[in-house]
Amino acid sequence: MFKSLTLIACTSFFMNTIAFAQSTIKIDGSSTVFPVTEAVAEEFQNSKKGAIRVTVGISGTGGGFKKFCRGETDVQNASRPISKEEMEVCAKAGIQYYELPVAYDAMVVAVNPKNTWVKDITVEDLKKMWEPAAQGKILKWNQVRAEWPDAPLNLFGAGSDSGTFDYFTEAVNGKSKASRGDFTGSEDDNTLVLGISNDKNALGYLPYSYYSSNMKKMKALGIIGGPEAPSKVAVLPSKATVENGTYFPLSRPLFIYVSSISAAKPEVMEFTKFYIEKAGELASQVKYVALPAKAYKMSLDNVAKKKMGTVFGGHNEVGLKIEDLLKREAKH
Amino acid sequence: MELKTNYKRQLLINKIFDVFFKYLGLFFLICALIALLALIGNLVSEGFGRLSFQFLSSFPSRFADKSGILSAWVGSFAVMLMTALFAIPLGVASGVYLEEYAPKNKITTFIELNITNLAGVPSIIFGLMALGLFVYKMSLGQSIITAGMTLGLLVLPVIIVTTREAIKTIPVHIREASYAVGATKLQTIRYHILPYSAGGIITGIIIAMSRAIGETAPLITIGALTFIAFLPASPFISQAPFVSTQWMFDPFTVLPIQMFNWVSRPQEDFHTNAAAAGLILIVFTLTLTAVAIIIRNYFRKRIKW
Repeated sequence: MFKSLTLIACTSFFMNTIAFAQSTIKIDGSSTVFPVTEAVAEEFQNSKKGAIRVTVGISGTGGGFKKFCRGETDVQNASRPISKEEMEVCAKAGIQYYELPVAYDAMVVAVNPKNTWVKDITVEDLKKMWEPAAQGKILKWNQVRAEWPDAPLNLFGAGSDSGTFDYFTEAVNGKSKASRGDFTGSEDDNTLVLGISNDKNALGYLPYSYYSSNMKKMKALGIIGGPEAPSKVAVLPSKATVENGTYFPLSRPLFIYVSSISAAKPEVMEFTKFYIEKAGELASQVKYVALPAKAYKMSLDNVAKKKMGTVFGGHNEVGLKIEDLLKREAKH
Repeated sequence: MELKTNYKRQLLINKIFDVFFKYLGLFFLICALIALLALIGNLVSEGFGRLSFQFLSSFPSRFADKSGILSAWVGSFAVMLMTALFAIPLGVASGVYLEEYAPKNKITTFIELNITNLAGVPSIIFGLMALGLFVYKMSLGQSIITAGMTLGLLVLPVIIVTTREAIKTIPVHIREASYAVGATKLQTIRYHILPYSAGGIITGIIIAMSRAIGETAPLITIGALTFIAFLPASPFISQAPFVSTQWMFDPFTVLPIQMFNWVSRPQEDFHTNAAAAGLILIVFTLTLTAVAIIIRNYFRKRIKW
């Protein structure tokens, strides 16, 4: 009895592992891109009636790229372009990729609704507050601008493992990850919402979707982007200002990367096209800002023409307009 | 005379101290209970309205009101099953060996010391070990079997230690009586030691399981996924041999990971979903504990020495 049972177990074990290899598309990476990819994966599986399985994980942009360049995942969610080191690892493994912008994310600088003294802020002011040299020195609002009150300046920001932190420090302080350390940092943006909404003297930055879901608890500040900005006056974050590029420099494109090896599989190619076609509609549904329709069309063209590689050459760029980005030729 | 008053005074002080200590203990107990009740109450008030058949039978979705925990609770259940399949035979056998067979020498002492230490190792370390060993070296991938074995290792020390404790409680004369009528060591263990200690062993196993069900850190390390809108393959199939082990190699998610993902969303509605999923998890754990108590009582009643 026992013997035959073991035998059955063994044979079934081997038979099944071979016979039932259902096609699965594996996606991993940034938590910022997750909601968009989740929505696309949901719709894609519905449209296929379960014939193709899609899994989405969250291991951060960096952690995801490690798996992606080992060939463990088919698609990578990225809240920043691929870095120089990651390009090298991928190249060594013989993995090329399509780089496809899918939506915009904006960072909102927010204060408490009871804050009466500030409506807009310049990038210079933000730098004064957030640069590493400010640590332990800039502790009151009037140290930033003299007309602001003599009240403590309580800062809230993203934790150092998040892509939001990388991008904000790059855009404001000029160097990714360069920030003062004495602020309330959290990987969980809901903590920041709570902090800002309970403290009259607070100022913090967080992703747009957290602001748009909590508009009553916080007041967004207009950003004066400085000499490089397309607009000289303060610009409030909104769908329109992110789309036309005037919300500068705190908006950024989000990407997916599709592995060349996986793209050879028909189901991954199909998913990629489905993603680009649906991204606009689904991104708005999950409270992200969609790219202009033209941008998605250009991405489809790039995929059809098999244009692979990154257009960034391993560097992040601040406040880039999406059309300019898609016109560029890839540098591998 | 003076001695008597001194004695009376001391008695009074002792009595006051006695009462004081009693209420101090009660006070702390109430504090702990209030914290627990507040937590559960908060979960209930936030999440109870969300509980429905739809919530249990739907996959996660981008719409909070349409999403559910089907893949999460099936995943939790499958991982628990795998953990049990892996940890129970290994843990009970190790416990029996250490208690009954192992010679009392330095190697045994060393092993015992390490098992005790293992119980105190942070769970993330088990996750890292599993990532290197199960996921890459044995190329089992980010599958249910990997998760089950990881959690199995994590709770193994608990099972070993409780098995040994349960065996230790059996009076020595039971063992001697068994030998006296000519039973071998194996027969003694099979017909006396294990049945009599079963209550204790099973309680230990269930406590270990309820620890494993809430674990998240090692599963995130080995790469449990966040969005899964399908179930693992069915263990029963229509063609011969009618059973399938494919489910063990499928990707999965579990309740705590699904909750974590929902809590960190900006939309309030997803937080409600997380609370409801939390309630389900608590019900899961409470059921396990209740089963443990029932089984223990059943075995206690059965033993008549």
